[in-house]
Amino acid sequence: MNKIKKFFLPKPIVLGNGKVVQPAMSPMVYVIPILLVLFFYSTSLTGFEIGTLINRGSKFFDILVRMFPPNFGYFGKVWTPMVVTLVMSVVGTLAGAAFSIPAAYLSSENMVKSPAVKLIVRSIMSVLRTIPLLVLVILFLNMFGAGAFTGMVSLGVFTFTIMTKMFYELIDTSDMGPFEAIESSGASRVKSFWAGIMPQLWGQYISILLYNFEMNIRNAAILGYVGAGGIGILLNDRLGWRAYPEVAMILLVLLVSVYMIENLSRYIRKRLL
Amino acid sequence: MSTKITVMEQLKNEPKNWGIKSILILGLIFIGYLGVTYINYNGFTEFGLTVMWNISKSIISPNTALLFGEGKNGVLYLITETAAIAFLGTIIGTIVSIPIAFMSSRNIVPGWMANIGVAFITVVRTFPAVVYGLMFIRVTGPGAFTGVLTLAVASIGMISKLFIEVIEDLDPGIIEALDATGCNGIQKVQYGIVPQLMGNFASTAIYRFEINVKYATILGMVGAGGIGAPLIFAITAYRWADTGALLIGLIIFVLIVEYGSAKIRKKLATGE
Repeated sequence: MNKIKKFFLPKPIVLGNGKVVQPAMSPMVYVIPILLVLFFYSTSLTGFEIGTLINRGSKFFDILVRMFPPNFGYFGKVWTPMVVTLVMSVVGTLAGAAFSIPAAYLSSENMVKSPAVKLIVRSIMSVLRTIPLLVLVILFLNMFGAGAFTGMVSLGVFTFTIMTKMFYELIDTSDMGPFEAIESSGASRVKSFWAGIMPQLWGQYISILLYNFEMNIRNAAILGYVGAGGIGILLNDRLGWRAYPEVAMILLVLLVSVYMIENLSRYIRKRLL
Repeated sequence: MSTKITVMEQLKNEPKNWGIKSILILGLIFIGYLGVTYINYNGFTEFGLTVMWNISKSIISPNTALLFGEGKNGVLYLITETAAIAFLGTIIGTIVSIPIAFMSSRNIVPGWMANIGVAFITVVRTFPAVVYGLMFIRVTGPGAFTGVLTLAVASIGMISKLFIEVIEDLDPGIIEALDATGCNGIQKVQYGIVPQLMGNFASTAIYRFEINVKYATILGMVGAGGIGAPLIFAITAYRWADTGALLIGLIIFVLIVEYGSAKIRKKLATGE
């Protein structure tokens, strides 16, 4: 056993004054074998074959090639669904973000005194968070029928679950000084939270809100796939008809919108933080 | 002499920020107006509540034959397959992202080249995963292999974007110090660059693995393997017992992955 250990340990270093230093064992010694085993197991399980990829890889570009040139005349029809997608994401994100503040308050370590409340709220939120967006959409499709309203509600609930987690982590690590000062002046815990903790966190709160908004715009393309409104419906429809120049136009509009929103949000975040 | 003021007087001194407040309120009114104009409320169907009730009930009374079943339809197999797809997708995506990230970092290559790289990454990131799925299905046919490739390509955008941030934060002082002690090029990479990057790279990859596990359900839509397709079919066909079994499997699996990923990333970041 000692021999094996010696084999993996790096060579001892002799310093100028004759002292011998033994460097620690690198974690790579066990990380790399684990990764390799998982890698080969996964390749056999998923039927991964590099040969298929090399032989038939060019087929990947079939659709891309047929997308050119994009049908620019189609822009008139893409415009409205894109606006619907944007509005749906904005309203959904804002609603989810608003509800996430009280939920995050209830699940933070330092705000709620009772561990039972924290545990219950956190458990419910964890389970909700694991429900895939697609399942939420199908659920709300049954309630509100096909359309942008379903998309908005799904994105709202989805944002709510994610932002609650991100925000309670921020609350957990915030500076308690102002909170204690305000509470000692006789304010209730909720009021002290609002006046002592929130002002520290508004910047980061808006930053995670924008991050979720960006994510939701991209998710919106998936939503339409199951009939929840916006540009996804159009994308799914055109893909189904194999009208690739029109698909290209849709993707182009999506690209420009996402690019503009990302830059705007990066600019705002830089100003905030 | 300092003037004493009461709490109420101090409260009146609070900055009013009328400008920001009115802009916020006007913005909210505008968004509300847009919402009412563009989003139609089609009414509420009671049936939706039944569906929700049935799904909640199904989690308590799942189809145990499916949940503990062996073979290719059992939940355990489906989860393993999903994990394998997400794992391979993440590994391939990470390996491909490393050169892309290095070729798009401003401190490694000239500015114009970095701009091209960043533009490429933006384009890759915008395409919805569903579109990649459809493209790869032509290469490999429906199945888990397609899922792996789709997730790999869909991961490249985010992973390389985060890698670039890490690379651009590289501390040149360390490399200069190694230079001064007489290290050669390979040694400078081994002792000066790799240790600075490894932790962050690994952390990013694990985070993306977590996202890919959740993404795997979406892949089911384009027939790319994993637990997604059976789950969607079960819900749309109102097979509640099956839905419950699949959802339980998925929820437990995602919770384990989230917990493990948080633990490992914390260890990577703080060393404890």
